[in-house]
Amino acid sequence: MIEIKDLHKSYKMGSNSLHVLKGINFSVKEGDFVSIMGSSGSGKSTLLNILGILDEADKGEYWLDGVLIKNLNEKVAARYRNKFLGFIFQSFNLINYKTALENVSLPLYYQGVKSKERTEKAMHYLDKVGLASWSHHTPNELSGGQKQRVAIARALASDPKVLLADEPTGALDSKTSYEVMEIIQNINDEGKTIIVVTHEHDIAQMTKRIVHLKDGLVTDDTAVNQIRASAYV
Amino acid sequence: MSNLFNKESWNEILEALSANWFRTLLTAFGVFWGIFILVILLAAGKGLENGVKQGFSGIATNTAFMWTQQTSKPFKGMPEGRRFNYRNGDVPALWEKFPDLRFISPRNQLGGWQGANNVIRGLKTGAFTVYGDMPEFINQQPMDIIEGRFINQNDIKENRKVAVIGQGVIDGLYEKGEPVIGSYIKINGVNFSVVGVYKKKGNSGGNQEEGMKDIFTPFTTFQRAFNFGDIVGWMAITAKDNASITELLPQIKDVLKSRHKIHPDDDRAIGSFDLYQEFSKVNGLFTILGVISYFVGILILISGVIGIGNIMLIVVKERTKEIGVRRALGATPWDIRSQILLEAIFLTIISGMAGIALASGLLKIIEILMRGMDTSEMMFANPSVGLGVVIAALLILIVSGLFAGMIPAQIAIKVKPVDALRTE
Repeated sequence: MIEIKDLHKSYKMGSNSLHVLKGINFSVKEGDFVSIMGSSGSGKSTLLNILGILDEADKGEYWLDGVLIKNLNEKVAARYRNKFLGFIFQSFNLINYKTALENVSLPLYYQGVKSKERTEKAMHYLDKVGLASWSHHTPNELSGGQKQRVAIARALASDPKVLLADEPTGALDSKTSYEVMEIIQNINDEGKTIIVVTHEHDIAQMTKRIVHLKDGLVTDDTAVNQIRASAYV
Repeated sequence: MSNLFNKESWNEILEALSANWFRTLLTAFGVFWGIFILVILLAAGKGLENGVKQGFSGIATNTAFMWTQQTSKPFKGMPEGRRFNYRNGDVPALWEKFPDLRFISPRNQLGGWQGANNVIRGLKTGAFTVYGDMPEFINQQPMDIIEGRFINQNDIKENRKVAVIGQGVIDGLYEKGEPVIGSYIKINGVNFSVVGVYKKKGNSGGNQEEGMKDIFTPFTTFQRAFNFGDIVGWMAITAKDNASITELLPQIKDVLKSRHKIHPDDDRAIGSFDLYQEFSKVNGLFTILGVISYFVGILILISGVIGIGNIMLIVVKERTKEIGVRRALGATPWDIRSQILLEAIFLTIISGMAGIALASGLLKIIEILMRGMDTSEMMFANPSVGLGVVIAALLILIVSGLFAGMIPAQIAIKVKPVDALRTE
């Protein structure tokens, strides 16, 4: 599903440049559930941004579902993001003046799905995260866990190939974190490929594979015995 | 472009605008005010134009007046400084030479400004200006005949001693409520029967009061009764609509010069007044006034539009993160750009429409207030804007809305999605 070869990325910080990714090799098969761990500055967010086509690598190859992601113009990049990827952010990034339902239908709107079908689909995914009854509430009427569940529903709405989660539980307490992880695990069980960036070990243990990054390089890549989040709840 | 007709994109816009409705309202006010001022200015200009042109109303503006002066050059044995008169024969001669003329009215005049008493009726006397005129003259300087009739061809043919008088004359010679038609007045010792009462139109005559003190008599009767022979004092000449009196006038003068033995280069022997030129000057004045109205109105409008552009910039800054999220979810740059452009245009047009509506309402009220008034003396009448102006204003609004949205939209998509997501 994802194939990365010798990926380099550096940022210009004034006169000197900061070499963040120094040759990452890494691949993810369909249905995999990977957590990327590392201390801050290890390059895990940069890697996720490149995986999410929000940023572009300086050197190296990135294949996503058999498509080489390179030198895309913004229009094509937007289409790929919409078609291939679903994003879950640490700070949820819901649009405040839209209801939960409208937030979830947004990716479908950009796909050009008709209004009625969009609402049906969005309702389906809201139901999936257990928030069907909250569909007409705006984000500031929802708790953190609920917001993240809306965000997950939104990421799923366009039926992407890969789900990218950047510290999905970073802003939540442990109990809600586990609830959210349970939902993500269920989604993975249905066959969706998921990549999670986290620095929490217990969260990482709930994935199937942990990739450690240090100073822009993969230092460790091991499969783990997945711990079901339901065990904690 | 499909976004334009998409209900969803309008929903998006309405949501975004109503998210901070008070600021939206304040922003909209700038454009509202600009277009309001523009429409009012144009309407006021139009009102002034209508008022002034009312003075020309019905007057054949394609008209010139010609009179005689002293010659300024000796010619064919005649000295300079010679006085001469037009003769009756000049009129058919001009008709023959200039088929493009519509009216040639020879005129004669008796009395005038500060003249001695020349009209008597019973015990009353008065000083009035007495004209000898052809029936066509009423087409060149229109008057409303409020009672009776104007001079007609039979009066001319039969040298009838009839007169048409104005309110000024009635005030001077009649008791209140006395019947006027059929009464007699004595002009320079000759009795004339009053057959009509006129009321002058417009205000180009300058002094309205003076204007109403004219007495019109048939041209032929006038020449006979007051011993003018075949002398013509002056002429009012109107060209047909497809010809210009300004172009014809020098040729007419040339003909008259040759008929009266005047040096062809003698420019001072024939005096003239070209009404059309005056009319053109007034027209030009209103063109300039219109341009100034547009100029000022659009400048005010621009400040409103800049306000919208400014707010859109702030909105874009505030929503950088939201825009980042939208792009992560698959919004193309065009999606983002068109949304911001549409927001700006929508805001501009809505507030502009409100401005146009309010201005039109105000004009309607003014019209109702002015309805009962006699505007003929006011230099201001019927302030209004045409549909063309409204459409022009709308086009200006759309274009300016586009401009207002352009820069913010460009800024919005220039931020890379990853940077947009990172902003707090």
